Amino acid sequence: METVLTTYFVNERYRRLDTYRQYGGYEALKKAFAMDPGQIIDEVKKANLRGRGGAGFPAGVKWGFLPKDLSRPRVLVVNADEGEPGTFKDRLIMTRGPHLLIEGIGISCFALRAHACWIYIRGEFVREARIVDDAIAEAYAAGLLGKNILGSGFDLDVTVHRGAGAYICGEETSLINSLEGKRGWPRLKPPFPASVGAFGLPTIVNNVETIADVPWIITHGGGTFAALGVEKNGGTRLIGVSGAVNRPGVYELSAGVNLKDIIYHHAGGIKDGKKLKAVIPGGSSTPVLRPDEIDVSYDIESMGKIGTMAGSGGVIVIPEGACMVRSLSVLMNFYAHESCGQCTPCREGTGWLKRIVGRIEEGKGREGDVELILDLCDNMMGRTICPLADAAVMPAQSFIWKFREEFDRHIGEQKCPYGNRF
Amino acid sequence: MSVAFSETGRAEVERLLTRYPERKAVILPALYLAQREFGYVSDEAIVYIAGLVGTSPAEIEGVATFYTMYNRKPVGKYHVQICRNISCSLLGAEHLIEHVSAKLGVRPGETTPDGKFTLTKVECLGSCGTAPVMQVNDDYHENLTVESIDRILDQLP
Repeated sequence: METVLTTYFVNERYRRLDTYRQYGGYEALKKAFAMDPGQIIDEVKKANLRGRGGAGFPAGVKWGFLPKDLSRPRVLVVNADEGEPGTFKDRLIMTRGPHLLIEGIGISCFALRAHACWIYIRGEFVREARIVDDAIAEAYAAGLLGKNILGSGFDLDVTVHRGAGAYICGEETSLINSLEGKRGWPRLKPPFPASVGAFGLPTIVNNVETIADVPWIITHGGGTFAALGVEKNGGTRLIGVSGAVNRPGVYELSAGVNLKDIIYHHAGGIKDGKKLKAVIPGGSSTPVLRPDEIDVSYDIESMGKIGTMAGSGGVIVIPEGACMVRSLSVLMNFYAHESCGQCTPCREGTGWLKRIVGRIEEGKGREGDVELILDLCDNMMGRTICPLADAAVMPAQSFIWKFREEFDRHIGEQKCPYGNRF
Repeated sequence: MSVAFSETGRAEVERLLTRYPERKAVILPALYLAQREFGYVSDEAIVYIAGLVGTSPAEIEGVATFYTMYNRKPVGKYHVQICRNISCSLLGAEHLIEHVSAKLGVRPGETTPDGKFTLTKVECLGSCGTAPVMQVNDDYHENLTVESIDRILDQLP
């Protein structure tokens, strides 16, 4: 299959500018400078490029939300906060092909008429931030960033900004606050970042993979990119497979690949010859699937039809013998830890979920606890500034709906049938 | 006692100030600098950074304590951070945490009496395809086993 991003990743030197250029790097930027910014946006729209951070919003449409008047400078912020458990693809782009990202930033900023860009990289990615920083320095030295890039008259400054350990900063308004030097608290919308974003300026926030797809789209055309995927889901996706599979890792596959094929064909099936028990298909927030539900196209609409999401492309595979209550307990600990504390339903609700699921796992569950969890979920979903509460609710509800008998058994027997271990 | 960044640190702050339209945007990088130069984010460092960016120490404190990577107390020479999230747990992270805890004689959140190691359980490190994973200071160690974790920790000077 044709690949957009990973084609040359096998070559370690691809992260360096000279090698990147040998493979045709920065030719797309040259081509873009000869185009009209509006034409570039049209190509991205034609490409059916959907945001790769999790929400799947059409990138070209998002770009169209910037105000028409150019009186205020506009900026691009790249979301490299990659924190959704199960997701580890942007890290691959940053370590193996940082110039793909930088060239994508150049083209995108030219299209958006933005002259400043910040790449917000999660704090733990120290090495990744260094690699991207080095690549930026190479690009400045070669006249591919800075003033009058390649004689086009276009100026652009790109800066790496490191996060400092907060899952919530992957949410775009929280990320903007963090970039401004504040606590990463999500903002009420409206105003949307496209009108009032970073430093009060019109701002577009895009995921690393979304931006890294742009050079290929400009080289080959939006229609060609669209054809690599399926209807409404253009191109390829970087899909991370983790958990109990024989070959965990990142796979670049068509946006319309079958989920069962991802697990059994590409990732080599279930580890230790075990049977499959459950799949969290698109990062830890996405509703869990039973084995009989995974014969489905991984595109955003098909996944939506079966009540879940392709999200950020993180497929987590849970084998037979793993306790679903313990798995949910791990996730509930995570969301309680990461709630920013701003909205009561989330701050209190994630703590309650953690404690109730935790006590069921410990063998201290009470009659009615399962109903209590579901009731709590109803009081959290959609009632907060950002989707973190929803992100905790979706696994909680779906684990119960699909694996209810395990919860009942824990409560009935007053112990974990799996011995409180994975 | 008041503190101040080294000459290199001050030059770094000056350079950073040119990269943002607002002064306060250097708060996060300045907190990292403080950690690098002073070992942790001390009360004095908070007051110093507040002076640098022109805001109150309370605001800096609010930012510093929001994020998990700023240490408001000293940590060991090696900060051993083991991921406990789902993909790592499915592949034995809980066992690894117990092992390291017993090996070092500290519970998660504690520092060894000689100040060499601090052990922390952390949330997803974004390296799920090579689980289980730990971060020691800036470096990731992936595909961990009891044997490899022993080797890594034993080799640290």
